[in-house]
This record gives sequence, C-alpha cells and structure tokens, in this order.
Amino acid sequence: MSFSFTDEQAEFRSVLRRFLAEKSPTTEVRRLMETEAGFDREVWRQLSQDLGLTALHIPEEYGGQGFGFVELAIAVEEMGRALLCAPYFSSIVLAATAIMNAGDEAQKRDLLPAIAAGDSRAALAFTEDNGRWDAAGVSMTATPRDGGYQLDGAKSFVLDGHTADLLVVLARRPGSAGEEGLSFFTVPGDAQGLTRRLLQSTDGTRKLARLEFQGVSAELLGEEGGAAAPLSHTLDQAVACLANEMVGGAEMLREQALEYATLRMQFGRAIASFQTLKHKAADMLIDVELAKSAAYYAAAAVDGDDVDELPAMASLAKAGGAEAYMQTAIHAIQIHGGIGFTWDNDTHLWFKRAKSSEVFLGDPNYHRELMLQRWRD
Amino acid sequence: MSEDTEVSVRAEVRAWLDANWDPNMGLVDWRNKLADSGWGMPTWPSEWHGKDMSSDLGTAVEEEFQAIGAIGVARAGIRMLAAATLLEHGSQMHKEKFLRRILTGEDTWCQLFSEPGSGSDLAGASTRADLKDGRWIINGQKVWTTSAHHAQYGLLLARTDWDLPKHRGLTYFVLDMEQPGVEVQPLRQMNGHASFNQVFFTDAEIAPEFMVEGLGDGWKIATTTLMHERRGADGLRRWSMGTDRPERAYVEEKTELATAMAPYKWYPQRMGRVDLVIERARATGKLDDPTVRQEIAKLLILSKSAEWTARRARAAQVLGRNQGPEGSIGKLAASHVARLANHVHTLINGADAMLTGEDSPMDGVIAEILVSTPAISIAGGTDEIQRNIISERVLGMPKEPRNDTDRPFRDVPRNMIR
Repeated sequence: MSFSFTDEQAEFRSVLRRFLAEKSPTTEVRRLMETEAGFDREVWRQLSQDLGLTALHIPEEYGGQGFGFVELAIAVEEMGRALLCAPYFSSIVLAATAIMNAGDEAQKRDLLPAIAAGDSRAALAFTEDNGRWDAAGVSMTATPRDGGYQLDGAKSFVLDGHTADLLVVLARRPGSAGEEGLSFFTVPGDAQGLTRRLLQSTDGTRKLARLEFQGVSAELLGEEGGAAAPLSHTLDQAVACLANEMVGGAEMLREQALEYATLRMQFGRAIASFQTLKHKAADMLIDVELAKSAAYYAAAAVDGDDVDELPAMASLAKAGGAEAYMQTAIHAIQIHGGIGFTWDNDTHLWFKRAKSSEVFLGDPNYHRELMLQRWRD
Repeated sequence: MSEDTEVSVRAEVRAWLDANWDPNMGLVDWRNKLADSGWGMPTWPSEWHGKDMSSDLGTAVEEEFQAIGAIGVARAGIRMLAAATLLEHGSQMHKEKFLRRILTGEDTWCQLFSEPGSGSDLAGASTRADLKDGRWIINGQKVWTTSAHHAQYGLLLARTDWDLPKHRGLTYFVLDMEQPGVEVQPLRQMNGHASFNQVFFTDAEIAPEFMVEGLGDGWKIATTTLMHERRGADGLRRWSMGTDRPERAYVEEKTELATAMAPYKWYPQRMGRVDLVIERARATGKLDDPTVRQEIAKLLILSKSAEWTARRARAAQVLGRNQGPEGSIGKLAASHVARLANHVHTLINGADAMLTGEDSPMDGVIAEILVSTPAISIAGGTDEIQRNIISERVLGMPKEPRNDTDRPFRDVPRNMIR
C-alpha cells in the first residue's frame, strides 16, 4: 500500500485543479444548479474529449485509458473541491463501473466506448422509494417477454437519471427476495413506458430523479440472477470514490473559512487571532486530514491485490468522510458568522453538498455497521 | 561515505557484525565496540561514535542488527534526548565526557524542565541558578521528571537573569544528580503508578564548565531537546522488554530494560488499547449490541485514520518532500483516539468498569486504561498547546496578544505555588 502520490498523479491533480477553477467557479455552480439538466454541455465535452476524464478508469480494450481508482479518486476529489456540476459520478463512477463489474465481454465492448468518450451519459438506477442502498431493498420486477425482459416499478434517488442516455437498472425475478433473483438491465433513456421526473433536492449540484417503469423493454446486462455481487462491489468502489469527493469539498471549505478568519476584523483584531477560532481551525485540519487518509487508503484498496480488504475500508472512509465533511461545513458557517447563513455567501453550496453526501449511498450509521460486519481483526 | 548505497552498507554491517557480535560479551564491552566502530549510531557524526549516514541508511543498519538479534546502544529513557542536545550544543568536553557513557548505558539522564508553576509555559521556569564563588547554586523545584530516581545527570533549565524578558533569562546546564542538594521524590499519579518524580534543589551546585553554550541560551537549547522529544526520540515510545535468551548480553539488556521501563508499564494503556476492543466486546457479548457497535466502529475509524495519517507523513519524509499538515497532527489525533477508546472500553465492560486490580477484567488492564488515558492529552504538550502550534505554524494564524514577553521576568505575574 502506497501512502503517497506519484509525481505524475500530483501533476494530474494540479492540471485538473486549474481546469476546474476556470470552468467551475461558484458563479457557474450557481447557474447550473438552477437548471434542470444541471450541467454544461461544453464543459462536459472538454472534460471528456480534451482531458479524457470520462475514460480514466475504463480499460483500454473498451476505449478507456486504463488508469486505476487512485486516479479516479483524484479526479472526483478535485471535482468535489470545485463542486463541479456534471454527470461524472453517475456516468463514470457508478454506471461505467457497474457495467465493468457485471457485463459480459460483448456488452462491455458495446456499451463502454461511448461512455468513455463522453458521448453517452449513463446512470445507475438501483435505489427505490424506500431509500435503501443495498440490493435486497429492490422490489422492481423484470418479467421475461419476447426473448427479452419487461421492467415494472419505480426507481428513486437516481443520480442524473433524468438526463442519462442509458440507464443501468437493477430489478428482480418476480417472486424472488433478498439478494436472490437480482439482475442488471440496460434501458435507453427515452424508452417507451419510462417516465422520468427531476426531484427537488436541497443540494442543487447533485441532481436526483425518480423513474417510473411501466412495461419497459430492457436488455439483460450480465448474468441473470447474479447482480447482487457486482452491485455490492460497484457500491464499495463508488463509496470509496465518494469519500474522496467529500474530502475535496471539506478541504475547500476549511481553506475558505481560514481565509475568511484572517480577513475578518472584530474587536480591533483579526478573528483568526482569537484562540477559540485557532483551536477550531486546528480541529478542522485534523478532521479533514484524517478523512483524507482514510479516503486515499480506500481508493488504493480498490486497486490493491487484497480484494477482501476493500469492503470494510470503503465503509470506513465513507463514514469518516461524511462526518468530517458535515462537521467542517458546520464549523465553516459558524466561522463566517451571520454572512455564512446568507444565500449570497458560497459556504452553503458546500454545506448542502456535505448534507447530500452524508446520506447518498448510505449514512454514517449504516456504513459503520457495514464496516464492522466486514471487519477482519 | 556519501557514495554508499544501501546494498553495500548492509553488506558492510553484516560483515562487521559477523566478525564482532558475540552475545556472550558483557553489555558495556559490546556497546563500547559499537561506540568505537560507529555502527551503534550510524547517523551520528563520524568524530562522535557515528558514520555520518542518512536516516534511510541508519534504518537499514538497524534492520541488519535486528535480523541477527544483535543488541544496539542503550536507548531507554531520556538519554537520547540528552545525547541529541549535547551533540548539537555541547562543548568538546561535554561530548567526550557524556556521549559514550550514554550509548553504553552506564549513565542515565533526566530532563529538568517542567515546574509546578510552569507546565505549558515552560519559559516561565523560576528555578534559579545564582553564581557564587565561581559555582552555580541551584534552588527551586522541578516536576514530572522521568528517571530522576536513578539518573546520574539532568538537563536543567534554570533562570539566571530575572531582569531580562522570560525567554532570555534562561540558561541550560548539565546537573550532577548525585549530590546532597538534590532530593528526588516519587510523584504518585491518579492511576496509582509513580512513573515520575519531583526534584527539589537546595543549594545544589554546578561547576561553570557544565553550562551548555552561553548565559541566556537556555530557551534555544531547550527547544532542541523538545523538538527531539516530539519526534519521538525518547526511548519510552519504543516499547521493548528485551528477550529471554540466555546469553550474557541478553540477560544484562533485559535487566536494564526492566529497570528503565518498570515505572511505565501502564504506558500502552494510556494510548487506549484499541487492539483489545473487539476481543473484549466479543468476550462480554457487547459485540452484538447495536449501540456499542456504533461506538466501536467510530473508534476503529478514528484510530485507523490516525495510523494512515502518520504513514502519509512518514512516506512524504522518506521521499524528501515537504511534509504537509499531516505531519503535525499525530499527537492530537492520539488524544482523540485515547479518549474515545476509554469511552468504548467503558461501554464494553459495563459494571466491571467500576472495578480495579484483580477484580477488574484482564487482571486490571481495563481498569488501568480507564484511569490512564487522561495523561495522553497532557504529557509532552497539552492538546491546547498542540492546537496553538498547529494553528500558528501550520495554518499561519496570528498569535494572541501576550503580556509576558517584553518586560523583565520579575514583573510578570506568575504562580506562587510551590
């Protein structure tokens, strides 16, 4: 396990940071979060075609660049820092990874190149109205029909599900329960019988959709009845990435709060000179640095040789990162004082991302329990 | 030596050990060989028992010693802090007189810095050194003095000028502990152990040549000692009790370590013993309690994250990169871990958490954890001081206004506690 980034990885990070600083200033974040689609097509084209970010972790034989999750994690950490509004986590981290884990050779050759090129934006639809993040919570049915399948039911909290060109949907054989009888299917975003609605979400930078399926024709992805394991692995990988996205945002908040404290004068001195704020700033540094260590470790564990290590480490990084991000956001608002509670001040943009990140893919209580179940002592 | 590669150094040390290491030697004889050859402290300068090696090569040498079970120089206690300080600031005579006997283990040292009236504010020391008839006369009291009861020498920070601002009136001395004016008393802690001492000086004497550098240089030199302490150079953090092998050198080493470490057998407990948590929770059935599971998980997350943060810091150091903030937060993170571990051990052990000694789980170890962890957030710099250091040196935040640094020390309000 490596505990440092290579010079190439550090260079990749700095290129990305410059790109995102230019393309995703908070004026753009504010503009895009008010739109239905939630992203800018030109920026998406640049990050796909100019920077190749959509191809990052997809193997070369499927049109990707063949990097690992350590690089993918750097990308999402920087996107989290810049609050980039783009369907990257949905299409690349969730959907492409699910296809890589579940699809057979022909399906991967068929589906992944367009996603890697950024031409097709995919979304993973697995959660339903009950808000459960595990396979067993699925009740949508897939009934065999004319040599294919027909999907009936509803999916909710689907990240960028309202704009995706391709949906990767989790459904179950009628009459099955638990982790049995689950399969992945692919459905075009404009399929007949599919109704998509953008949900009103607190965090406008993370678009969530509810999808209703009424007799929608679908193609099986991977093995019939065998989706539980690839879903679980996909979620571990995505959770490790989300942990990295969170620490990117947390570090940005920490830096902004510190900068504000050094500028803001009260009682004739910078508030950063008051010990109570200095100690808060030190605590914020610890929270963020510890969360970074866990997030980096989890990302490295995805690429590591010890496949049984990842599950507990991903949950560890998610639970720790979510607490750290939220706590940092709370402190950041507090340090800004009154202005921190205004709409015009940018702090709430990250606060809301911290809140949605806290819940998305499972809250800290859920992941702490999951972590212990998967712990190896 | 600068051209040495790790491979050639390893070969060289193996050959030397092959020719010289003999576990049937007396420990002092063996360590004198180490001091003569430079292999005992390869990172030290070659004129002072070392070989001018980088820390990487030093680690390689250490690994070769460990590989064949060869004993190294004496490290336990404060001696390495004394050695590092004297190497940097001591006179020729100091180095000649003290360094070898530190390495051989013949002399034990203690650090006479903290006082009842100045803990976090070390520069507020009021133990006085007055020059009378060509000798320094010492009066005052030090506290939290590790090893004072069996130390031959002490590193003393004393006030030599009361009219200068506090940091400038301090001078650094080497004090001979074995003299009538020095009285050492054990200091009993809340966990029942007495790992430290109080040291009282009544007209204790120091010859002028045992001043380290000049009059008023004390604070600068103490900073060197403290820096080495924060880097973990004090031997107490390398927990070793030796081995049970029968050869003479091993037997002598085991006795030496037993003497040095006896007062600190609770030290692993003050860190919170996260390693015992799952095992204990399984034994008590609390591993099935969902609320306790949440707390256990929080502790494991914190302690793993702290461990990986330390490894990030070390990795950056090895690569020769500038250390990021991850290098400065280890001590504070350890406090958080210990505090949460205390809470979790309490939840796991239920009513048994009220018991101590043989009636307590694991023959008193659990009880010892519960009354020992408060030490971690105080010893070696309180959490509050650590936060000041982080906010000022890492985050660049301004210092709070002070009223004690720009006027004569005698006018600074201070504790009268004795």
